[in-house]
Order: sequence, then C-alpha cells, then structure tokens
Amino acid sequence: MDKKTVIKIKGLKKQYGSKPALNGVNLEVFKGELFAYLGPNGAGKSTTIRILTGLTKKTAGDVWLDGYHIETHPKQAKSQFGLVPQSINLDMELSVRENLDIHGRLYGLGSKHRKMRIEQVLRYVDMEEEINTLVKRLSGGMKRRIMIARALIHSPSILFLDEPTVGLDAKIRRRLWALIKKIQEQGTTIFLTTHYIEEAEFLAHRVAFLDKGSIITIDSPENLIQGVGNWALDFLEDGTLKTIYFEKRKQAKEYILTHTGSFSLRRVNLEDAFLRLTGKKMQ
Amino acid sequence: MINGFFAVYLREILILKRKIKRQILSMSISPLLYLIAFGYAMGNKVVVHGHSYIEFLIPGLVAMSSMTYSFGISSEINIARFYWQIFDEFQASPISDVAYVLGEVAAAITRAFLGIFIILFLGYIFGVHLNYLNLYFFGGILLNSFVFASIAVALAMLVKSHADQAFLSSFVITPMAFLGGTFFPVDRLPGWAQIFIKLLPITHAARVIRKSAFGEIPNLNSYLILFVLGIIFFGLAIKTVAMARD
Ligand SMILES: Nc1ncnc2c1ncn2[C@@H]1O[C@H](COP(=O)(O)OP(=O)(O)OP(=O)(O)O)[C@@H](O)[C@H]1O
Ligand SMILES: [Mg+2]
Repeated sequence: MDKKTVIKIKGLKKQYGSKPALNGVNLEVFKGELFAYLGPNGAGKSTTIRILTGLTKKTAGDVWLDGYHIETHPKQAKSQFGLVPQSINLDMELSVRENLDIHGRLYGLGSKHRKMRIEQVLRYVDMEEEINTLVKRLSGGMKRRIMIARALIHSPSILFLDEPTVGLDAKIRRRLWALIKKIQEQGTTIFLTTHYIEEAEFLAHRVAFLDKGSIITIDSPENLIQGVGNWALDFLEDGTLKTIYFEKRKQAKEYILTHTGSFSLRRVNLEDAFLRLTGKKMQ
Repeated sequence: MINGFFAVYLREILILKRKIKRQILSMSISPLLYLIAFGYAMGNKVVVHGHSYIEFLIPGLVAMSSMTYSFGISSEINIARFYWQIFDEFQASPISDVAYVLGEVAAAITRAFLGIFIILFLGYIFGVHLNYLNLYFFGGILLNSFVFASIAVALAMLVKSHADQAFLSSFVITPMAFLGGTFFPVDRLPGWAQIFIKLLPITHAARVIRKSAFGEIPNLNSYLILFVLGIIFFGLAIKTVAMARD
C-alpha cells in the first residue's frame, strides 16, 4: 500500500446551533485503505460523512478529497467519491435500471458508457436479474446492494459507506462484508462508519474511535487490541459485569482457579479497546 | 451542466410517467367540476366582456392551473428531500445548482402543460372553442409557469419541513388563485384592491392568456413583467440551493 493521502481532514468542527457535533477532527486516509470510523450513536459519524460529501456545511476546518479542497473545488472533489448514505435513498417507484441511469447521468457518463457500467455494477453486486425490477419490490439487503452499485457507477476512487449493514441480519451482513472487501481489493479507498465492532474488526486496516465528536485514537485493529491484552475474563460482581484482561490464557485460568464466581473467558476484541479508552461501551 | 439538468428533469418525468393515469384523473376533477357547475348552472345567462361565463372561465382556469400545477413541484421536491432523501443524491453529485433548478423548473412547466391540455380538452368537449393556437397564449402560460416554478423551487429549498411547505403555499397560492382575475373580472373591484392585484403575476398571466384566447393581441408589457419576475425568482432559487445544506 503506497502512502498517498486521499482523504485529509484538518480541524473539522461542526455545531448544530449551539450544540457541538464535531470538535476538531483530524485524520488522513491513504489510497487503497479500508478505514473504519467507529463510534456509538450520536458520536458524529454521519455528520463527518455528510460534510465530506457536501451535504452539510462545516463550522470550521478543511477537507481535501484526492487533493481537491471541498469548498474551493467542489466539482472535482465530488467527482472523486461515491456515497452510500445511512438511510436508503433510492427512488422506490423507479426500476433498478432507472435509478442507476439517473445516477450515471448526474456524473456525466455518456449513454453507451452508462449502459455498460450499469450491467457491470449489477453483475458485481450479483443483481443483474433485478435490472427491471421496481426498487420498492426489493428486500432490504438487495436495496443496500443497489445503493452500493449506484455509488460505483462512475468508478469513484473513494467510497463512503455510512453504516452499510445497519438493520440487516447476520448472513446478509456477511455477504455485504465480502462485497465491501472485494471493492477495496480492486483499489478503491473505503471510508466506512459503523457501530458494529465485528464489522470494523473484520474489514478495516485502520480504525478511528470517535466519541462525542472527538477522535480518541487511530490505529490498526490488531494494535488496538494488543494494547489491552489477549484474553478477557468477564464476571459478575455486585450485579455488574466486570472484565479483566490477561496477556496469556494460563494467567486467566489461574485467576479463575483462585477466585469464586461465574467466569467467561474470551479473546479480546475492539469493544474492549473502546471500553478501555473511553470508559464506556459501544452499543 | 446539460447532463445534470437532464438527469434531474428525467427523474421527475419518469416519476410522473409511473403515475400518469392517476395524475390525469386528478387533474381532470376540478376543471370538470367547474365546467359542470358554471357551464350548466350559469349557461349563457351570465355574460362577461361579451363572452359567456364559461368562455370567460376557461382561460382563467388555464392561468390558475399554470400557476398551481407548476407550483406543485414544491411538494414533489419536499417529498424527495424530507421523505426519500433523494435530494442528497443531487447534492453529493458534481452537478451545478443551476442545473438542478433548471431541471426542476422544466419538470414543473411540463406538469403545468399536461394539466392545461386536460382543461382545454375538457373545455372543447363542453363546447368551448377559443383561439388557442397562438404564441401569445402559449407564451403567457410558459412565462407564468416559469415564475411559479421558480418560486416553488426557492420555497422548497428554504423550508425545513414538509409541514412548513403546506403552510407557505396557503399564503402564496390560495390568495392568488382567487384574486388574480381568474374567476371574475378585476375591473369590478374597488380601486385600492385593483392596484394591489395588478402587482400579482397571476393577474398579468390571466389577462394575456384570456385576451389571446379571445383572439386579441394582449398588452406586451405584461409579458415583460412576467419575464422579469421569472428571472428574479429563478436567480433566487439558484441561491437557495446552497442554503438547503444544514
Ligand atoms: N440536522 C441536525 N440538526 C441538529 N442536530 C443534529 C443534526 N444531525 C445530527 N445532529 C446531532 O449531531 C450529533 C451527531 O449526529 P450523527 O448523526 O453524526 O451521529 P452518528 O455517529 O452518525 O450516529 P448514528 O450511529 O446514530 O448514526 C448527534 O447528537 C445528533 O443529534
Ligand atoms: Mg449516523
């Protein structure tokens, strides 16, 4: 992975009225990377994506997408990315083809190119049979895949995914993960928000923890987990769930043998890292 | 620019096409009621400016409908914006604000013409044969639709919810629909009311549309007024697109 910066955020602040939503976010995402923006409800994940994609005005700070400042060169900046927003925003009364076609036109693709790309992206998300189906007849998982297909029509170098698997069952979620991974492997930089720990852990090269509009830390999932330990021992004490961390499984076993209570031993995950750093649970 | 404009326009037209039967049906109801109520009830007994009331009414209905139907784009925009959030698609794409406004305005004018053809057709069936095939007539409709489509886009961008929208249109559209010389001749009102009413774009539209339908040459100043108002509101509409970002 070369280290070319494709998303650069400097001192980004957002206030809704007097209520702060982002308090000076700084980060860089590199070319080809899958970057996860992880945080609990209301942390400011969508606000960040909405500012980066020109849907919301920032209060202060600067953003560059592939070197283009989003305010001085909005057209060029907007041509660099595809966006899959948090809530489904397809035209329900129109067919899959019509939805994709309108998108292609918005990005200035010619008619032949559009037709070709529509077929390609539908094959890519494995939905070529649904090309003439009205969107309102698709399942939730299918709508999500069409949203991703739509965002890819104009072959963007950056893909923003705002909670792409929220509300989907585990099987469909895994299927989407495979698709997201495939997109990244073909060279697209992905900026993904989620509050699913496993999602970030499974997909991301690097993770940013966001809490109350501030970034707590940015690192690879492995490093974040390493910082906590390898093994987590959960147990109940005075009615609340406590967790202690150990480097080695043997140490945990010894602890169980020398204490009374009901214990559950597991591998440390990102949730533990988040808990360690913020003092609170993700979900 | 042209791609973006056409994408926005095409989307509105495809949506209109999906519900075209219902749309035609709903656009037929009120002209039908007017024709039945005023056509049969008043018959030829009421004469206005030398024409039967129904002949006076049809061009008025055309003027009013070019206003209400083109203004109707504001609720389409609102549904797309607040309910479906499809407006985000346009905001995140590299199209210009001008292209967006132009696409919506063109879609609004298309709807207005659809509604007006229905009125003319129904009027024809009810025996109203006026002089429609002239540039004065269609020019008046076009300019009036342009004015109200631009107002509609501007308001749709400024409101913060769908409820605000309904509130505003009862202030803009309902008074104009009744006062603008669509249902009765303005010259029968008291002087102070006439001055106020002459400031409304719909009054000028109703006047030129009616005159041309009666085969007379309308006052060209009214076209100029509509054109200037249209340009002003179109410019405002472009400015408001940026304000729609929260
Ligand atoms: N349009 C708005 N007006 C006022 N406040 C807003 C608006 N949008 C978001 N907020 C507030 O800003 C904060 C951050 O919201 P945001 O939607 O970015 O969070 P999030 O991390 O995406 O949460 P979620 O996981 O629920 O999607 C929240 O406190 C939210 O209430
Ligand atoms: Mg969100």
